[in-house]
Amino acid sequence: MRAFTQHQGVVAPMDRSNVDTDMIIPKQFLKSIKRTGFGPNLFDELRYMDEGKPDQDCSQRPINPDFVLNQDRYKNASVLLARSNFGCGSSREHAPWALDDFGFRVIIAPSFADIFYNNCFKNGLLPIILPEEVVDQLFRETEENEGYQLSVDLEAKTVTTPSGESFSFEVDDFRRHCLLNGLDDIGVTLEDADLIKDYEEKRKQTAPWLFNAGH
Amino acid sequence: MAGKTLYDKLWDDHLVKQRDDGSALIYIDRQLLHEVTSPQAFEGLRLAGRKPWRLDANIATPDHNVPTTDRDKGVEGIVDPVSRIQVETLDKNCDEFGILEFKIKDQRQGIVHVIGPEQGATLPGMSIVCGDSHTSTHGAFGCLAHGIGTSEVEHVLATQCLVQKKMKNMLVKVNGKLAPGVTGKDVVLAIIGKIGTAGGTGYAIEFGGEAIRGLSMEARMSICNMSIEAGARVGMVAVDDATIDYVKGRPFAPKGETWDKAVDYWRTLHSDDDAEFDKVVELDGSAINPQVSWGTSPEMVTGVEGSVPDPEQEADPIKREGIVRALKYMGLKPNQKITDIQLDRVFIGSCTNSRIEDLREAAAVVKGRKVSPSLKQAMVVPGSGLVKAQAEQEGLDKIFIEAGLEWRDPGCSMCLAMNADKLGQGEHCASTSNRNFEGRQGFGGRTHLVSPAMAAAAAVTGHFVDVRELMN
Repeated sequence: MRAFTQHQGVVAPMDRSNVDTDMIIPKQFLKSIKRTGFGPNLFDELRYMDEGKPDQDCSQRPINPDFVLNQDRYKNASVLLARSNFGCGSSREHAPWALDDFGFRVIIAPSFADIFYNNCFKNGLLPIILPEEVVDQLFRETEENEGYQLSVDLEAKTVTTPSGESFSFEVDDFRRHCLLNGLDDIGVTLEDADLIKDYEEKRKQTAPWLFNAGH
Repeated sequence: MAGKTLYDKLWDDHLVKQRDDGSALIYIDRQLLHEVTSPQAFEGLRLAGRKPWRLDANIATPDHNVPTTDRDKGVEGIVDPVSRIQVETLDKNCDEFGILEFKIKDQRQGIVHVIGPEQGATLPGMSIVCGDSHTSTHGAFGCLAHGIGTSEVEHVLATQCLVQKKMKNMLVKVNGKLAPGVTGKDVVLAIIGKIGTAGGTGYAIEFGGEAIRGLSMEARMSICNMSIEAGARVGMVAVDDATIDYVKGRPFAPKGETWDKAVDYWRTLHSDDDAEFDKVVELDGSAINPQVSWGTSPEMVTGVEGSVPDPEQEADPIKREGIVRALKYMGLKPNQKITDIQLDRVFIGSCTNSRIEDLREAAAVVKGRKVSPSLKQAMVVPGSGLVKAQAEQEGLDKIFIEAGLEWRDPGCSMCLAMNADKLGQGEHCASTSNRNFEGRQGFGGRTHLVSPAMAAAAAVTGHFVDVRELMN
């Protein structure tokens, strides 16, 4: 996995709460058997005026000029500023894949849905939870200042504005460690293979019906 | 020391290792696989040269992309080549790695969350995962069941474990008795309406109380299924006689002495009387009316007797804007009565409501009636080949067909419209599925979430109506 230590980038504001993963990447694009190539279809139904289809040349499609990512000032954004319960709904990991493929590295919101939050860490994307009033302030500053950028430091757990104002955020130590070092967490778990086998041996005694049932 | 909750017990029984940083390795007894969220996981295994840790813990079936007609053609009957490749990829991966799969022509094929319990592959006390957020369904059996992402599917395939941090405990207690005509679906929609779509975030929810205890296993599955729509990855109901009776005799269930031993353990799967929850929410079950969602989030729901809200009455500006946006998308007016919403299509199916009891409830309403001529389509999609066969044995298919509903083959179908079954732009649908998000059932489609009985009532009237008015 790609490591994440620090990042500085242009901020794009997504000013609505409860953005669901169907909105982030609609179902017709989940038919792909790959992990990449979802970027052109990120927020497809908001971004384009027509119905998107897999394997289409999106540069030829009519765009929705009102949608934030279609505005020139946000086209190269890599930090997404969002509202509460971002990423709710379906467990599809295609949602963080699409955000990543578009170029986002950081998502900031007052709260995230659990599965989406977890999926981000598996893909080198950093979801940051900041208090509602801080997010409000960042929305204001982003809209007032073209080219507004934020700096994120995962080691220090801080988000810093262009004026030097800094906000701390919390993140689980395990997730932070894996992300800072770009660790493959399957490899980390397999270091405990003996513990897993011990657990299985005990479980075969206490709950034998859990093994080879119906096979 | 306080007693343990059901979640505490399930957690402790699956704990392989507690790490110092607060994360833990949790052992997974069962993984269900389908074609949409597994191909990249198998590819990951292949690239890393890894093998599945334990083959017999896995069961696969294609469900999201499968057509609901012409199924005798098998995979060849999937017209969309991209969908076909995904189903073929699942077949190929299961064959290569040696994983049991109920393929498209197998009568045991169906929606993963229907076939697990149906086969007895979902057993009380198990930890169960699937790359699908509605895996919470299996919690109805006193299981610890999580929806996970594709990276975690690969992690479970490779290690039989999931890295987790323990969640908080929430009890949702539904007191009293439900009124006739009010179903598990109405209960869970009312719960989501009360606690909101993020109300359960960070929690494992246990559903309890007199109303839940009085429900069948299939109704409990409908409730646990939609835990995720309240933000909770995990929803559970304690084991009781109904659980054990449902499991008994199913193909993957234990038999003989092992059965007796299992039942002794399963009887312990309930929260202790002195268990403490981090949060308790109570509802009066007898006050719940049949529910209908009006907006684009499952929390945007009301009783059938109610009206669409007026955004002017909402004080919170973000919520107000959410209502304005939802009404615009849904083509509804503030204060419009729910019973005045005219429908274009009706969909009875999905992992929430496609089991035999759901079909019986819907058939009882449409029996001797006709689908309203104002509708373009009303369809019934059973949850599995075995549900379909059971329904046909009971003559339910004939009741539906005589009333003018289409009787289809099993799969996820119009719940998320990955196959050919979808809404047209601007069409209103009474749907027994679980999500009313923008575009969920088709580009520009407008979903109203209801119970199977309410969907059936809508089918014969062309608009929403309190199903109790049609019941004798």
